[in-house]
Amino acid sequence: MKDWPETFDIAVVGGGNAALCAAITAAEAGASVLILEGAPNSYRGGNSRHTRNFRCMHKGPMFPLTDAYEEEEYLHDLMLVTKGKTDEGLARLAIRSSEECLPWMQAHGVRFQPSLSGTLSLSRTNAFFLGGGKALVNAYYNTAEDLGVKVAYEALVSHVHREGNRITYLEVEIAGRPVTVKARAFVLASGGFQADIDWLARAWGPSARNFLIRGTPYNRGVVLRDMIDQGAEQVGDPTQCHAVAIDGRAPKYDGGIVTRLDCVPFSIVLNTKGERFYNEGEDVWPKRYAIWGRLVAAQPDQVGFALIDAKSIDLFMPSVFPPVKADTIEELAEKMGLDPQAVRQTVDGFNAACRPGKFHPTELDGLATEGLDVPKTNWARPLDTPPFYGYQLRPGVTFTYLGLKVDAQAQVHGAEGPIRNLWAAGEIMAGSILGQGYLAGFGMTIGTVFGRIAGKEAAAHVA
Amino acid sequence: MSLDLSPPILSATEDARRQIEICNACRYCEGFCSVFPAMTRQKAFADGDLTQLANLCHNCRGCYYACQYTAPHEFALNIPAALAEVRVESWERLARPQTIARLFQTHGVAMAGLLVVVLALFFWALSALRPEAGAGFYAYLTHNTLVAIFAPAFVLPLALIALSVRDYWREVGGGRVRLAHVLSAFDSAARMKNLSGGHGEGCNFEKGDRFSDRRRVYHQLMMYGFLLCFASTASATLLHYGLAFEAPYSLISVPKLLGVPGGLMMVVGSAGLGWLKLRADRSLGAARVWGGEMAFVLLLGAVALTGLTLYAATGSTLVKPLLAIHLSTVMVLFLLMPFSKMVHGFYRLAALIAEAGKPAPAGERA
Ligand SMILES: Cc1cc2nc3c(=O)[nH]c(=O)nc-3n(C[C@H](O)[C@H](O)[C@H](O)COP(=O)(O)OP(=O)(O)OC[C@H]3O[C@@H](n4cnc5c(N)ncnc54)[C@H](O)[C@@H]3O)c2cc1C
Ligand code: SF4
Ligand code: SF4
Repeated sequence: MKDWPETFDIAVVGGGNAALCAAITAAEAGASVLILEGAPNSYRGGNSRHTRNFRCMHKGPMFPLTDAYEEEEYLHDLMLVTKGKTDEGLARLAIRSSEECLPWMQAHGVRFQPSLSGTLSLSRTNAFFLGGGKALVNAYYNTAEDLGVKVAYEALVSHVHREGNRITYLEVEIAGRPVTVKARAFVLASGGFQADIDWLARAWGPSARNFLIRGTPYNRGVVLRDMIDQGAEQVGDPTQCHAVAIDGRAPKYDGGIVTRLDCVPFSIVLNTKGERFYNEGEDVWPKRYAIWGRLVAAQPDQVGFALIDAKSIDLFMPSVFPPVKADTIEELAEKMGLDPQAVRQTVDGFNAACRPGKFHPTELDGLATEGLDVPKTNWARPLDTPPFYGYQLRPGVTFTYLGLKVDAQAQVHGAEGPIRNLWAAGEIMAGSILGQGYLAGFGMTIGTVFGRIAGKEAAAHVA
Repeated sequence: MSLDLSPPILSATEDARRQIEICNACRYCEGFCSVFPAMTRQKAFADGDLTQLANLCHNCRGCYYACQYTAPHEFALNIPAALAEVRVESWERLARPQTIARLFQTHGVAMAGLLVVVLALFFWALSALRPEAGAGFYAYLTHNTLVAIFAPAFVLPLALIALSVRDYWREVGGGRVRLAHVLSAFDSAARMKNLSGGHGEGCNFEKGDRFSDRRRVYHQLMMYGFLLCFASTASATLLHYGLAFEAPYSLISVPKLLGVPGGLMMVVGSAGLGWLKLRADRSLGAARVWGGEMAFVLLLGAVALTGLTLYAATGSTLVKPLLAIHLSTVMVLFLLMPFSKMVHGFYRLAALIAEAGKPAPAGERA
């Protein structure tokens, strides 16, 4: 901190994708920039370090993307998942700008790779980062450093000081010591609040205490809360979060991508009572995985148990922890802490409801059960081939929807209009576009597009 | 149902398995090198699979800096180190005889010790076996004596290596060797494709999470320099036996045209690799063999440097001591081939050939 100026042109709160895109853009425009990253160096980069791709519009093949993915189709996909709950103007802005993001990212050190094995269906729409999000974050930190951007780690911003329609300084704790950071413009890019379990529990109910958080423990929404308390305009449903069903043995925080389980379509999923509760074969997994977080969250103890037999164990991506394995259904139930009799009964009932037919793992095969209260409408094959395998499922929270409302310049507003020197980018304002649902790769698109806009606007403000 | 991930005492292979299983559920690093595509072929990894993956790894460290699960994360991933450990263990396990192998892989001091012993022997030989006549260094040792000493010192270690590589092939389940597989492996090695980082900007060796091509450049200087020197010696042998044209050769002769640039390249390569090794983070490699590897790099440099000096000293009184030193370094290099980092070239090629012969990595899953 010895080499810091008294006042920076721009202070950026957060150290993930959106923060870095803003900082780099502003520094390239000539501004002096400080990044305040709440996490220590080893955990820098927030949830962005867990990502693998971003969704990118393009009119023709453009490495690593195949074919074309144009504005209308992109928007249509977005409308579908958000059920229309989106600000079309901002959405179109994000979509249109995504095309120029790809070369911009490359010019700033990000490298791409063809779509990963097991994800071929995304090769047209999503550009994969070589090495994943952590490699992207590293590249951006290096680029920022070369541009003279200062970075403070373990720098937790606790208060954004607002005086009328301006922000004057930040209260920060840097490595445990209170510091006041002055700047002429500010960019907030500190993510959502999903790591604050108390907040989740207030919004969702006490069962949220059993949720696992897929990403960084540092996104606790401190700055978001502070801004809302100071009258910043908010957007998005505070009671909602994006949650998927993940391996119940995942760490409480930061388990990331590897804890996902793709076995559900080939399983039967039981609750603690040993009963099925939802159609496991409703649709192809990419279209259904996001609902299973809520489904499991609604079960007793917020836990589910996926059972598979030897026929299906190789049909999905490997899991990070090996499944529980047993030679009989009863033994498997026992090992998973379930009542063997209840499970036996459910499996027998399910097996009896299965019908012969052609099984096709990669498409809707219509192989459905008959006569069950909870049907399975695709991939329904009896569990009859030992060894049997089991996974425990728990809800894993990806992000929250509540955020700051911004305009097309990424500017934050109070009740009386824009706050003159305050911009927001990334997860903290994603609710402005994503009212509900989620489109794979759109989080990084929002962060890159609005991070760059915020950086540009903030730099123009101080120029 | 909790999984204890606190580091229990895992063997190198067990720990590599634990880590590779995490990667196989992630796959973010797929584009860096051939290790990641290769692992998608299976869900469970036998010891031989891990040996093969370890020998495909070039320790470029890209997958360390890119990994969101490195310590202090509880998964504590360090793939470059885990694979380096398995790799070194595989070389130790497959080398024969075992005890010698372990000694020289880990201890640079042992290598230096051997050098001193060999050096003393050569000094003795130069004095005791000095011929009546002869030009250049043949004034000190006859060609026949040299051949008598060096031919076995070269052929025997190679034979030992051949046996080890055959065992390697069995362990990793290599199939029938086809020309196409061999060509593809040589192509990868010739370009050091797997040290390009997948984007052509090199690896993360000495500059932390920044990419650098230095290691690839120095390694290629070393490798091609070595091959040039080897070609030089081979051509000299041909001249000697085929055309009865004996050393010393002038600067514009095939052996010298190959040998002098080759030697210079090796000296630069060795200095560069040694320097990189000092700067790189030791905990991302097999830390326990650091000394042995460093000694090996320096030995290669010494072979080249003493060879060049010997040539420069032609006709002076320094020839005798320089000859002794040069021959000693060459001798030690040969003798240690099966037990030093030198074997990596053989195993690496074998691994690349085996990989080329395996079915294409897994495609789409549901
Ligand atoms: C496992 C996982 C996988 C994902 N995969 C993808 C994907 O492939 N593609 C995609 O588009 N999206 C993906 N997402 C969503 C994506 O991670 C987010 O949309 C995106 O990273 C948001 O970027 P951001 O910069 O706004 O937030 P983050 O990257 O989360 O950055 C927030 C930063 O703010 C810091 N911070 C928080 N509070 C404070 C404070 N008080 N003071 C100072 N600093 C603070 C944090 O330490 C962090 O550095 C994934 C999410 C998860 C959890
Ligand atoms: S090294 Fe880390 S980021 Fe790379 S594939 Fe393995 S788990 Fe994923
Ligand atoms: S260190 Fe480099 S070569 Fe080895 S596995 Fe990782 S990326 Fe591949």
